[in-house]
Amino acid sequence: MSDKRLTFKKRLHILKHHYRGKKMAPAFNALHTFLFAPDETTHSGSHVRAADDLKRTMNTVIMALIPVLLFSMFNAGYQHYSAINGFPSEFSLMNDFLTWDNFWIGIIKVLPLVVVSYGVGLVVEFIFAVIKGHEVEEGYLVTGMLVPLIVPIDTPLWMLAVAVVFGVVIGKEVFGGTGMNILNPALTIRAFLFFAYPTWMSGDKVWVYEAVERAGGPDAISGETILGYLAQNKGAEMSYSISDMFFGFIPGSVGETSTFLILLGGLFLIFSKIASWRIMLSAVVGSLVMGLIFNGVVDAGWIGETSKFYGLMSFDFWQHLIVGGLAFGIVYMATDPVTGAQTNRGKWFYGFFIGFLSVMIRVFNPAYPEGVFLAILLMNVFAPTIDHYVVRGNVKRRMKRLKNATILPKDSAGKANELHAETV
Amino acid sequence: MSKDIRIKKGLNIKLVGAAEQTTSKAVLSNVYAINLNDFHGVTPKMLVKQGAEIKAGEPLFFNKNKESMLFVSPVSGELVEIVRGARRRILSLKILADKEQTGVAHDLLNVESASKEEVKAYLLNGGCWPFIKQRPYDIIADPDANPKAIFVSGYVTAPLAADLNYVLQGKEKELQAAITALGKLTPGKVHVSVGKSENSPLADLNGAEIHKVSGPHPAGLVGTQINRVDPINKGETVWTVTPQDLVIIGELLLTGKFNAERIVALAGSSVKAPKYYTTKIGTEISTFLYGSGVEGDNFRVINGDVLTGTKSAPDGHLGYYNNTVTAIPEGDDYEFFGWNKPVFNKISATRALTFSWMQPNKKYELDTNTNGEHRAFVVTGMYEKVFPLDIFPMQLLKACMVKDLDEMEQLGLYEVAPEDFSLTEFVCVSKQPHQQIIREGLDLLHKEIG
Repeated sequence: MSDKRLTFKKRLHILKHHYRGKKMAPAFNALHTFLFAPDETTHSGSHVRAADDLKRTMNTVIMALIPVLLFSMFNAGYQHYSAINGFPSEFSLMNDFLTWDNFWIGIIKVLPLVVVSYGVGLVVEFIFAVIKGHEVEEGYLVTGMLVPLIVPIDTPLWMLAVAVVFGVVIGKEVFGGTGMNILNPALTIRAFLFFAYPTWMSGDKVWVYEAVERAGGPDAISGETILGYLAQNKGAEMSYSISDMFFGFIPGSVGETSTFLILLGGLFLIFSKIASWRIMLSAVVGSLVMGLIFNGVVDAGWIGETSKFYGLMSFDFWQHLIVGGLAFGIVYMATDPVTGAQTNRGKWFYGFFIGFLSVMIRVFNPAYPEGVFLAILLMNVFAPTIDHYVVRGNVKRRMKRLKNATILPKDSAGKANELHAETV
Repeated sequence: MSKDIRIKKGLNIKLVGAAEQTTSKAVLSNVYAINLNDFHGVTPKMLVKQGAEIKAGEPLFFNKNKESMLFVSPVSGELVEIVRGARRRILSLKILADKEQTGVAHDLLNVESASKEEVKAYLLNGGCWPFIKQRPYDIIADPDANPKAIFVSGYVTAPLAADLNYVLQGKEKELQAAITALGKLTPGKVHVSVGKSENSPLADLNGAEIHKVSGPHPAGLVGTQINRVDPINKGETVWTVTPQDLVIIGELLLTGKFNAERIVALAGSSVKAPKYYTTKIGTEISTFLYGSGVEGDNFRVINGDVLTGTKSAPDGHLGYYNNTVTAIPEGDDYEFFGWNKPVFNKISATRALTFSWMQPNKKYELDTNTNGEHRAFVVTGMYEKVFPLDIFPMQLLKACMVKDLDEMEQLGLYEVAPEDFSLTEFVCVSKQPHQQIIREGLDLLHKEIG
């Protein structure tokens, strides 16, 4: 058995040398390194290296997304059948949720989104790698999984394909590829969809499978999100319980409904030291603070029940975390190391404002009561500025140290004084 | 008086193959070599011709940019070859050693009463000046500079590096002489650091401020200690000397002779019986490498420790500054699904299906595989966990890569040497060559500003 594997390994090794320097080398290498960790050795510097590479890092994020994906596949069916037949009066996880029928809807609706996202995105990545002659980088492994999870389930596949091409090219490759981009590529794709095809991205019909087709007919089904409901200020008692919201048995973008599983994914990412706990924690704090401010405004009686903001403003501050895409955004999007703040202190500010602005946009944006993706994109743009000020703080400290330096070399004292004069 | 330095950030890399504390005498080498790459930034100007007979301690060449800086031969014999590379650049000098060694004898210097200039001239003439390095730029110290302090790190945290407490035993007299002499060279202090819970021969030196250091690697790196005790500002210079070089300096001061003898740790998982050897600077590594036995034939010999050393052939020569030689397996093989399956036999700073965090005391047998390919910087916050200096490592690396001199200066490039980035390089998931980036940055800064 081992002989056979050796031959395969060797054959690929020979092919690698055959492709070296040729145009298709990046494409071959991408497939080769997918199967086998490369035989590269160190040359200088540290002769030994830690076990993890970028592939492993990205893979860890994907693993943290798998439970969310599986849940979303069941939830796709659950929301669909519940909208048609009515919600079960006594909910049973095994009988009502984890059923083959529900999962089948997931297979026919969610899986194609995943396939199109990866297929189109990776083709674009491969083309750019071949044109530019660099290796296929791993950034899209995570983006490709995030994209299907943050779109409405009824998003037409061709729209997704167009958006993915736009997002990968404009959101990433024009900046130089993985590691150089300013905006989160997955959110760029989402933003493109939102602005190019707004009717497919908001409203009350796109969140549940078949709601669009049945709209207007006698068997129309409703499937608005909780945020949509609150934004319309309907006032009547909401039909979803807190536990529905927390465990995710609600309509919404494909993968963002189950706060519980997102929380588990977040804890896994923090435990594995892949994602920044600073960003997650500060974003949660930021959203709670904004929620509290709005609750305070309502409690103080500054706006009445007739106000169009009343529904969302009076929504309990902590419940913002368990509806909509806030939790998903905080755990999987805000923590993107490339587009987020890169300094530890900067991460606190970056996260806080993401949470703060998400809830603010939620309340004040009448067209689309979901703010997290806009808040993250906005903070993506500000992240370098935040880092700049944090780094300047360090530089200032160094300059101050220079000013206070007591023992100056005798012959360089004059020089140092000049420097001092420059920096003051 | 002693002050404590406690380092929290860092990572101890525990490897199989630490040298056992027994010392053998290495077989005498026929040919000794001086590798010019050991002297970064030095343009050599030869003082002797090929074929000349030279004595131990006799100058071979000087630095063209600083003519007083002499480099001496570790042994007596015949200069058999001047190995040259492109554009006749000298790569190394080979000396065929005499059976009976003879050395140059200098007049003795009374260190206690000598002036700064006398000490300086004595060390320059005696060939011990190259042992004194300076920051900024991590090069051999400029004899005309006036360092604000001199640092000696006697605390070893690098993986598999020679245990200084062991190799310095019985050398207290030499160390004291060297410290007294160095004290004359700076208006500031001589800072010596020792392990907090260790019994170091350096602990009782007079004329130095002793610091007790604790914490994981890189607590033992002199750069970490400088950053904690007396960080370098723009326009300032700090000198550093390693303890094993202090011994040679001390011996020159006490006996008037340059004695290139050194106790070297031979370590690494490819060595069957890792231990210490008494040998000389420039010796062929094979004179003691095979004596301890090696595993297989696919191994790498490293002149120095695994994090900062240089790759060497088994028949290469011991570096001018090294007291450690490491041999570890080459990792030039593919690993099926190596990027996603659980990893139990390698060290990692994350817990991404890697399990070294579960066994913090386990010793690993790492090879030279990079465990991944070179990528752009993606992950953040990783370096900061193992980088205790008050510097932003990633931002500084990026400033060096884009050659932004202002940023390099402001972010603290004056304070660092490439070795300070050895751990960030180790944990880097993008497999960037940090030490090389910093070295190039320092060279550029030196050329443009220094």
